[in-house]
Amino acid sequence: MSEGHSTYTPKTGIERWFDARMPLPRLVYDSFIAYPVPRNLNYAWTFGGILAIMLVAQILTGIVLAMHYTADTNLAFNSVEKIMRDVNSGWLLRYMHSNGASFFFVAVYIHIFRGLYYGSYKAPRELLWILGCIIYLLMMATGFMGYVLPWGQMSFWGATVITGFFSAIPLVGNWIQELLLGGFAVDNPTLNRFFALHYLLPFMIAGVVVLHVWALHVVGQSNPTGIEVKSKTDTVAFTPYATIKDAFGMIVFLFFFAYFVFYLPNFLGHPDNYTVANPLKTPAHIVPEWYFLPFYAILRAITFNIGPINSKLGGVLCMFGAIVMLFLVPWLDTSKVRSAVYRPWYKLFFWLFVADAILLGWLGSQPAEGSFVFMAQMATLFYFAFFLIILPVLGLIETPRRLPNSITEAVLEKNKGAGGGHPAGANAAPETKG
Amino acid sequence: MKKILTSLALLGVFAAGIGAVGSVAIAAEEAHNAAAPTHFPIHEPKEMDWSFAGPFGTYDKAQLQRGLKVYKEVCAACHSMNLVAFRTLEDLGYSEAQIKSLSAEYTIHDGPNDAGDMFDRPGKPSDHFPAPFANEEAAAASNGGAAPPDMSLLAKARGVERGFPRFVFDIFTQYAQGGPDYIHSLLTGYDETPPAGMVIPEGTHYNPYFVSGVSLKMPKPLSDGQVTYDDGSPQTVDQYSRDVSAFLMWAAEPHMEDRKKTGFRVLVFLLLFGALMYLTKRKVWEGVAH
Repeated sequence: MSEGHSTYTPKTGIERWFDARMPLPRLVYDSFIAYPVPRNLNYAWTFGGILAIMLVAQILTGIVLAMHYTADTNLAFNSVEKIMRDVNSGWLLRYMHSNGASFFFVAVYIHIFRGLYYGSYKAPRELLWILGCIIYLLMMATGFMGYVLPWGQMSFWGATVITGFFSAIPLVGNWIQELLLGGFAVDNPTLNRFFALHYLLPFMIAGVVVLHVWALHVVGQSNPTGIEVKSKTDTVAFTPYATIKDAFGMIVFLFFFAYFVFYLPNFLGHPDNYTVANPLKTPAHIVPEWYFLPFYAILRAITFNIGPINSKLGGVLCMFGAIVMLFLVPWLDTSKVRSAVYRPWYKLFFWLFVADAILLGWLGSQPAEGSFVFMAQMATLFYFAFFLIILPVLGLIETPRRLPNSITEAVLEKNKGAGGGHPAGANAAPETKG
Repeated sequence: MKKILTSLALLGVFAAGIGAVGSVAIAAEEAHNAAAPTHFPIHEPKEMDWSFAGPFGTYDKAQLQRGLKVYKEVCAACHSMNLVAFRTLEDLGYSEAQIKSLSAEYTIHDGPNDAGDMFDRPGKPSDHFPAPFANEEAAAASNGGAAPPDMSLLAKARGVERGFPRFVFDIFTQYAQGGPDYIHSLLTGYDETPPAGMVIPEGTHYNPYFVSGVSLKMPKPLSDGQVTYDDGSPQTVDQYSRDVSAFLMWAAEPHMEDRKKTGFRVLVFLLLFGALMYLTKRKVWEGVAH
């Protein structure tokens, strides 16, 4: 991205005119056409682009929905039903938006797990990783507040439970909770401020995404080998190579998304949210959306007091701690080798961690009773052990497999006999990294 | 790729193992006392064949018309359906004239008029079904303390949790009929006798399909022959229940046919577009080892 490396040459008069005043065409050319990407990226690397289109889709459907939605406790539920019944293609917009949130999280979880597997967070990509974690946090806030807007039973009781977490914080907890709610309980002021914030936060996400992409273009993409780009033959030009691969990945992803939107639009939702919110009637089981379930399981796993910390505060601390772990990963992982491909033990623990996260998600959907509590406690223990013990210790004691000398060598080794050769577009791609 | 697949398979086995242990534990807990069950419903809803199930499902208009009749003659005595407008009954195959006369059967409380008075007038197609009670408090007072739920969204607002691993299979079978299955089972479940020793609270009625207890306040609403069908369909509780459940599914999701039809086109388009994109991708990457 830095000007010194730019290979852009304006060809037409208007391009030269712009380039001399505000080099936007140059920025686009350098970022999305000539930008060199490692030639060995697999389909796990298409999720960045997928997330970008999901964000745009959410913002576009959301803006139109907001034109028909009314943020008032007496009107909100029926205004959503008006969208479903009377607004032209309203059912499509709303199902795209509600399932879009879920698929946004599907994509972000794959994106995060990809980063963990290939060690994408390691120097010099710590800031890139942290910006991603901030986006994830903003997404969670946005998703949570969006779920409150239809003003169904789960909207109301989910909001009551989640804002209740803050009251566990000593001294300032109640003050924070009242500030969030705009009163002493979830009510009209809560709905109004959640609507305002639900409209605001996606644009903040878009802002952090710009920073995320900026940081990415400074340090360059990581790749499945985890070896830095060393020469021109290690990379190909973003266009057409990455563009076409990303586009194919997006269409496959949209296929699954469309399958849910059109055939199972309520599969990921809760039936109780089709009953209007009733502050006097608590649902039998209050469950958050599926993408919060692992954290919900961690929250409820803490059923015991630890010294001065009661179980409620302990649960809240563990839940937030579970997210804080992600921010610390670049410094918790002591390994010199990035990619799990060359770390047999890390690979094993990584997949155990994935299984643990899925198990926590399932436990979060179950009532916190009987054997579920013990299972959730064990799963929570492993969750934290993965970050606080396995990541630091494994890096010190594990013997990694032999690393190839370069990305090109790794690729040629893999394709032995399949006719390697030089990437056709590499000559157009200047190297930005040393 | 092979490695990823193997890992995923192992993961699945691991998760399935844990799930199995969990469900066995629950089943063991549940079995020990039939007279004082702790998990509801006691019986899971029966899965019925619905015309609207599956990727090409459509509503059976004759069935919806029968369901509307059951709603009008039985359910509407206590249950409102506030979100459904008469004009939308065109979906059931009624003509404009039929809808006009159907809505005119209802009296709508409207106003105020120029003189500031409230007045009654016959219904118009743009009106919604009027509620049987003036307000929620009146509905609760006439029904033993709890207002009967509005029926507009009932078929989407009810459903028994499917549990692991069934909810995974549901993705592939496109099972989305939990609501109508539940309503049908509940309506036909009143005749079962409670196990010996079970305590049924007074003023409630035993129903092993009820989702949140052994019994509910609503008494058995349907009996054989109660509603006259003029298309020769059997006039049984089972048939009434099927028809009204299908009708409620339509009331909750009136654009379902449109949704599934559009969905098929979208998926076919994405499939073709994806295939072309894949071939283009192969062409572009030809000769570039990666």
